[in-house]
Amino acid sequence: MDIRKIKKLIELIEESDINELEIKEGEESVRISRGGQTIAAAPTYAAPAAPAPVAAPIAAAASSAPDAPAAAELEGHVQRSPMVGTFYRSSAPGAKAFVEEGQQVKAGDVLCIVEAMKMMNQIEADKSGTVGAILVEDGEPVEFDQPMITIV
Amino acid sequence: MLEKVLIANRGEIALRILRACKELGIKTVAAHSKADASLQHVLMADETICIGPNSSAQSYLNVPAIISAMEISNAQAVHPGYGFLAENADFAEQVEKCGFTFIGPTAEVIRTMGDKVAAIDAMQRSGVPTVPGSNGPLTSDTERTKKIGREVGYPVIIKAAAGGGGRGMRVVRSEAELINAIQVTKAEAKAAFGDDTVYMEKFLENPRHVEVQVLADGQGHAIHLGDRDCSLQRRHQKVLEEAPAPGIPDDARNDVLQACVNACIEIGYRGAGTFEFLYEDGRFFFIEMNTRVQVEHPVTEMITGVDIVKEQLLVASGEGLSFTQEDIIFRGHAFECRINAEDSTTFMPSPGTITGYHAPGGNGVRVDSHVYAGYTVPPHYDSLIGKVITYGKDRTAALCRMGNALDELHIEGIKTNTELQRDLVCDKEFQKGCVNIHYLEKKLGL
Repeated sequence: MDIRKIKKLIELIEESDINELEIKEGEESVRISRGGQTIAAAPTYAAPAAPAPVAAPIAAAASSAPDAPAAAELEGHVQRSPMVGTFYRSSAPGAKAFVEEGQQVKAGDVLCIVEAMKMMNQIEADKSGTVGAILVEDGEPVEFDQPMITIV
Repeated sequence: MLEKVLIANRGEIALRILRACKELGIKTVAAHSKADASLQHVLMADETICIGPNSSAQSYLNVPAIISAMEISNAQAVHPGYGFLAENADFAEQVEKCGFTFIGPTAEVIRTMGDKVAAIDAMQRSGVPTVPGSNGPLTSDTERTKKIGREVGYPVIIKAAAGGGGRGMRVVRSEAELINAIQVTKAEAKAAFGDDTVYMEKFLENPRHVEVQVLADGQGHAIHLGDRDCSLQRRHQKVLEEAPAPGIPDDARNDVLQACVNACIEIGYRGAGTFEFLYEDGRFFFIEMNTRVQVEHPVTEMITGVDIVKEQLLVASGEGLSFTQEDIIFRGHAFECRINAEDSTTFMPSPGTITGYHAPGGNGVRVDSHVYAGYTVPPHYDSLIGKVITYGKDRTAALCRMGNALDELHIEGIKTNTELQRDLVCDKEFQKGCVNIHYLEKKLGL
């Protein structure tokens, strides 16, 4: 499930009197409730969902099918994060993104940056092709091996 | 109280830490390798972060990855468990430099205790009895070395200052072998630990391994939680542990317990720690201190009612200890059998998928294990898959309970050392108690 969608749902709850909201999309579902304790099993951050923790006080419980159907949607070569860190689409805040979806890239072109412990690591394309999907939002955390960008 | 803790470990201890965090309302972040995505604590944690590929070096020993994981999850503290980075002073220092809390002692204390020569020195200054020996590193002055050997009396043992846990040591039985043995040990130490400093100690022929559990709040208060006997060992790995250590005269015991508490306060200790001793002929001899929670901590928890991991979290939160020494009452006896994924007779590791699992239960039976039916034990890490712990009103009752518990334990799909443990529980000498550290290997014909 798209993290942007989840964020919109959270905004919806914050702005309204709704206490709890549950949405099902196919085999995926999200339940967002205001306050209280979540006892439900934690989300395992299977690709391509971002592992970003949702800020308190609203607890989110997201569950996805074990063979995350989203994984089957990844076409082409998947560029995975070589480390734990924060994903950035450009070299500096406000600068132009390195790549956009649909853009032609050559092997070795810088696709993105993963920042870890104040060091900016440029991630280069493993092969030439067209940027298929950018799976992580700018500034979102990534874990080791998390799919970030596909090249078709 | 800490709000979010990153668990930088795996297996049963990671689950132990998660449980303590949950009880204190602390959010958990499970940092795990790719192979460990289906660990029980990973499935239960509030957040999970894959920090690297399967190899320990690139995951659980990967300092930048772990600190990075703390940054992106906004964890305030890291619990290092045991093994891996738990006693890595550089890691502790880096964590604190980055503004996080390391759940354990300060880097300086870890460093001192990690240097076995410095640790012995610190203990001597605190009045903790040590093994007679060179009381410092051996130099290239062979005459001085031989003189020390004659004073200490053969047999002696040469130990690497940067070693510990049974690694980097060699027994010498006569002066003729001494210098050569030192050279070989130095070379091994250099290769294994990057430091060839060695020291000499009297070699005790038939000691028992008795250790003392301490808790300190880092603010000048320390208490002991009694002792444990871990003499059943194979290749320096503990197999079966018990608390309290049987057959120790009260005054010798009380003296050493008090000495350990004094030492904690003197060195400014913080958190949980264990002083390890060799015990022979009514006397204790300090060998090393472990500045972490240990595998066998549950037996102490059973006889004192203290939750050691929770105390670690409370101390790290700045809340101090929940108990004073007067509050600690020792009651009954407890045993722990380590269950390893290995063949009971050949000790060959046996990774693989556990197809059937049934844990024992009942009054006085505790199982600390992360495995479940369907779980696959990976080949990349150590073989410990669980601990069966029993408590009884006295040693006989607790041991009897352990026999019954092991009968109930059922693990299918992989080999385990459960048969060996059943054998040990029925061993006549062990039932009498007070066997020494060579007993198990002699019994196994090693």
